[in-house]
Amino acid sequence: MPKIVAVTGNEAVAEALRQVNPDVCAAYPITPQTDMMQRFATFANNGKVKTEMILVESEHSAMSACVGAAAAGGRVITATSSQGMALMWEVLFIASGSRLPIVMPLVNRALSAPLNIHGDHSDGMGARDCGWIQLWSENAQEAYDNAIQAFRIAEHMDIRLPVMICLDGFIISHSIERIEYLDDDTVKNFVGEYKQLNPLLDVEHPVSYGPLILPDYYMEFRRAQAEVMTKVADVVLNVAKDFEKISGRKYGLFETYRLDDAEIGLVILNSAAGTSKDVIDEFRNRGIKAGLLKPRLYRPFPYEEVGEALKHLKAVCVLDRADAFGASYGPLFMDIASSIYPYKDKPILINKIYGLGGRDYLPEHAELVLNELAEIAKTGKVKTFKEYIGVRD
Amino acid sequence: MATPLSLKELSKKELLLTAGHRMCSGCGAPPVVKMVLLASDYPVVASNATGCLEVSTCISEYTAWKIPWIHNAFENAAATISGVETMYRSLKKQGKIDKEIKFIAFGGDGGTYDIGFQSLSGAMERGHDMLYICYDNGAYMNTGIQRSSATPLGADTTTCPAGSVVPGKLQERKDLTKIMAAHGIPYVAQASPSHWSDLMKKVRKALEIKGPKFMNIIAPCNRGWRSRTDDAILLSRLAVETCYWPLYEIENGVTRVTVKPKEKKPLVDFLRPQGRFKHIFAPENEWLLKQAQEDVDKNWEKLLREEEFTKPQEEAKE
Ligand SMILES: Cc1ncc(C[n+]2csc(CCOP(=O)(O)OP(=O)(O)O)c2C)c(N)n1
Ligand code: SF4
Ligand SMILES: [Mg+2]
Repeated sequence: MPKIVAVTGNEAVAEALRQVNPDVCAAYPITPQTDMMQRFATFANNGKVKTEMILVESEHSAMSACVGAAAAGGRVITATSSQGMALMWEVLFIASGSRLPIVMPLVNRALSAPLNIHGDHSDGMGARDCGWIQLWSENAQEAYDNAIQAFRIAEHMDIRLPVMICLDGFIISHSIERIEYLDDDTVKNFVGEYKQLNPLLDVEHPVSYGPLILPDYYMEFRRAQAEVMTKVADVVLNVAKDFEKISGRKYGLFETYRLDDAEIGLVILNSAAGTSKDVIDEFRNRGIKAGLLKPRLYRPFPYEEVGEALKHLKAVCVLDRADAFGASYGPLFMDIASSIYPYKDKPILINKIYGLGGRDYLPEHAELVLNELAEIAKTGKVKTFKEYIGVRD
Repeated sequence: MATPLSLKELSKKELLLTAGHRMCSGCGAPPVVKMVLLASDYPVVASNATGCLEVSTCISEYTAWKIPWIHNAFENAAATISGVETMYRSLKKQGKIDKEIKFIAFGGDGGTYDIGFQSLSGAMERGHDMLYICYDNGAYMNTGIQRSSATPLGADTTTCPAGSVVPGKLQERKDLTKIMAAHGIPYVAQASPSHWSDLMKKVRKALEIKGPKFMNIIAPCNRGWRSRTDDAILLSRLAVETCYWPLYEIENGVTRVTVKPKEKKPLVDFLRPQGRFKHIFAPENEWLLKQAQEDVDKNWEKLLREEEFTKPQEEAKE
């Protein structure tokens, strides 16, 4: 029987990890993730999970140990934020290149300098092209649900890739929400037994991990990695279908909100989507056809499906909670622009950078943007293609 | 029954690092690895830091390793094997595996003394049941003989070249073996391929001890040392006989020098055959030579005192 609880995002994800009961967990503290791994360690030290903890001396070692443990042949987790992810960066590519199904919640936080412990997406965006699958989550419920589904996706025999579950630091990780927990057996059965693939611990069949590959074969290897990415979306959808059966909650590659007949729309990730939906309702009440698209599977990015969902709009604003310095636009904007690029008739796109370092995203920000879009839709004229909002002049 | 450490019996065992790898001929590292693996009668799973040994032994789609082997990155061989060992413990507890397996990490001096030092220290402190083996050739050889903190005083390397103002490396080596002993781990040892029986006994002993173990093994590199390609064993022997590389072990805090040279040779015997020290024989660099000999003497005497000092009570009385 599902259980209704009032918990924080970190608590919810820790609970999902307890229910999955992995073989090995590497942990290292960093705000705002710390409290998630603390909770998990408490489960481990009280016999609530069979997991062996590795309390490493850095995130670099956390991911390194995860690579070793996953190659050894079992289910492996860790979690991090911001600087921790930055320190892991080198090994993230090794985890994906070695096709190891590690699962890692990333509690999104700004990157230094200047030091800031609050939520934004610079960490996740910095790691978006490192070969990991990324699932983004609007609230604690989605983070919990994504965490459970992540294992099925990562460990799928056609995929075998690491998965990152992104949730907003503090806004989600530390706020209490009402959510629904599945029961332990349901999660256990859903996730299933871990299936080994070329485990190092099979000493009768020795394998070598991490070879040197010279120009003669490196490119074929990389193409194979690019190809497996094309299979991920189907697996994500199939896993979501199975998940709906046990939870009643429906997941896709992205969520659309009042988008089908919309003329103007927002594209926005994670927690800020919730705030935006309320404002969209207000605009709808005033007879303005506004809608929203919230990516869930951000890597690999479902360009075609997203393009198809957005192509009929007149004007779209992509809101980025991270900037790509030196590039013209924010990272999410560039993906959305690529998605609609093939269409002859397509919406006008603008880009706003918001909420950096934990700056609040307020209903009036969404309102301002939607008003601007309505104007663009009417006149076809754009004043600024990219700007920071909610910032002092 | 363990395989007796006799050449006759050992020669019947399969070599677990096969021929055909691409390390330079005469390189000291492959014999070290072969001896280590030959010493074990248990199945071994190994990790390997980036470096000469790693890049030359597993070039897709070939591998010279007949044991399960993982290369992750340069600085994380210890953390990587700590992950493998933890998964082993987890699966063993769950009854999913019952074999007795040993875990060994191999790293060069750069990957161990320098960039991998934190990862090594962390893994040792956490108490993983593993043996870390540093094959020390005294420089970053794979990238072209750059200075590491294991490079001996005065050596000419590509980043501290012997110049007219700076005559090579000006610092003494970091004494990593002692630093590892200071971690309070149950077993630390120094070995040399010239003394194969001593080396293999130490590996055996290490593998029988539960918990983290560290061994530092000298592995001459003819490219970096600018020595003859058939000199690896000779040079590692001279390193021992000059007391530049003393053979000793520290077991549960007790230091024992396992090989005491009958006659301590002058350091120049070890330095002279190596091109990397050629310049220190020039008159203006005499002070370097003197300093190098003094460092060796100081360390050797300190080691002997330490042996005396840590002797168990019973033995000490005799
Ligand atoms: C993070 C990182 N920095 C630098 C390198 C480049 N690199 C590869 S091997 C190597 C030298 C290895 O030296 P050592 O550990 O002493 O092993 P050796 O090659 O001498 O056997 C270096 C500097 C790397 N691979 N990764
Ligand atoms: S460069 Fe030196 S360490 Fe590297 S393979 Fe050649 S001899 Fe061995
Ligand atoms: Mg070296």
